[in-house]
Amino acid sequence: MTLLAAQNLSVRFGGAEVLSDVSLTVHPAEIVTILGPNGSGKSTLLRALLGILPLSSGQVTRAAGLRLGYVPQKLAIDRSMPMTVRRFLSLPTRVSNAEATAALARVGLPDVEARQMAALSGGQFQRVLLARALLSKPQLLILDEPTQGLDQPGEAAFYRLIEEVRRETKAAILMVSHDLHVVMAASDRVICLNGHICCEGTPRVVSNAPEYRALFGLGTQGALALYQHQHDHSHDHDHGHGHDHAHPHSHDTDSHTHA
Amino acid sequence: MLDDFLIRAGLAGLGLALATGPLGSFVIWRRMAYFGDATAHAAILGVALALALHLPIAAGTLIVALTMALTVSTLAAKGWAMDTTLGVLAHSALAFGLVAISYVPSVRADLSSYLFGDVLAVTKADLGLIWGGGALVVALLAWRWQALLTATLNEDLAHASGLNPDRERLALTLALAVVVAVALKVVGALLIAAMLIIPAAAARGIARTPESMAAIAIGIGAAASLIGLQLSLWQDTPAGPSIVSAAAIIFALAAIFGRIRNS
Repeated sequence: MTLLAAQNLSVRFGGAEVLSDVSLTVHPAEIVTILGPNGSGKSTLLRALLGILPLSSGQVTRAAGLRLGYVPQKLAIDRSMPMTVRRFLSLPTRVSNAEATAALARVGLPDVEARQMAALSGGQFQRVLLARALLSKPQLLILDEPTQGLDQPGEAAFYRLIEEVRRETKAAILMVSHDLHVVMAASDRVICLNGHICCEGTPRVVSNAPEYRALFGLGTQGALALYQHQHDHSHDHDHGHGHDHAHPHSHDTDSHTHA
Repeated sequence: MLDDFLIRAGLAGLGLALATGPLGSFVIWRRMAYFGDATAHAAILGVALALALHLPIAAGTLIVALTMALTVSTLAAKGWAMDTTLGVLAHSALAFGLVAISYVPSVRADLSSYLFGDVLAVTKADLGLIWGGGALVVALLAWRWQALLTATLNEDLAHASGLNPDRERLALTLALAVVVAVALKVVGALLIAAMLIIPAAAARGIARTPESMAAIAIGIGAAASLIGLQLSLWQDTPAGPSIVSAAAIIFALAAIFGRIRNS
């Protein structure tokens, strides 16, 4: 069964082709991440899949009656609009107090109903957006750079939450990101985008693909080491190994990616 | 009761406040203040048109205001620089309107009643128009309320929820044109935008939800109308500007109250 499929999708802005010949499918309960540098057309792809942008060719098909939740990249609630968290959750479909409370509890934000949206921290704000998206009981959750503006621990916590949501609700998750390591570890499948699909597969396969490394300017060993470093690291934590344990690959990688 | 000109004037102000409260809130949330100004200024051109074609004044202003609002929306969608476009259109509409109206000798004398309103001369028919138009705007906004709020927050979010932001924008454009036609008699073309913006801006500091902001804006608009009329009667000042002055004073008080409460 396929929830969402794009066949040979192309999008033009003016004369320029921003996306060409993109085909992808999303199946139930999988986490698919679209990865690409700035300007690679990631957000454009999501907006085309959502039907916001017109396609210049190709088509997008949704499973019949697909319930879709969307977390946009930027939602600047203007200070001119008073908006409590509770009220926001009822847009555009009104939900009961019980449903609202449950959704907020699910994303780890109890007792914020009466707070103003504009007064939330970046991490709280993203969680409220997620809670709102969950209220429609989505079969597919689409997130556009959901951790933008969060610090590293906040980012990691958000992706853990996404994984929990997937496990509990069996919703498929399609998200966009430009950061590598945290997302890689949290995904079942990665699609590497730069105007077209460069490569795709499991995080391990993609991180070994030459196209991927060329795209992110990583050294020959970079991405794989980076990915494995993430694994080793959590492993170390779980088993209480010494932190001074040498990681030649990871040191290598850090200097590459941060250069 | 409606034979008393003062009661008619008061009811006209209340009818207008009913529509400008919620619509003015959207004008503020969507940063359409200048857009409102351009549409309102076009009303003078509508008056000239109506007189030339022997149409009712309200019909002329409605047509021209609607044309103006749709033109601005279309240019915005085509990516024109909004600030400049509105600056050009708002003042051009006013200038052309004033030039056009000078060809109608009978109006030259009471041009100021179109610029600043003439609420003390409101007839029963005017009152019907004001309340009819006001009710229409309130009904339209109430019907589209959830969708309008979602589209105002974020158009992509609205799209993803199966709404059409363009349709919601059109609803606001229509409502704005109706309010301009309705408000001309009460506060005049130059101060219509003030009645949209000032009560809603005053309500912002007090309100906690969009609904309460719209409701408080109605209350403030209504209070400003009644206070302004009293002021006008007592000091023999022009009614329209007195109403807007009263609204401005309420805004200042609300701002000070807000500062004290938050400190």
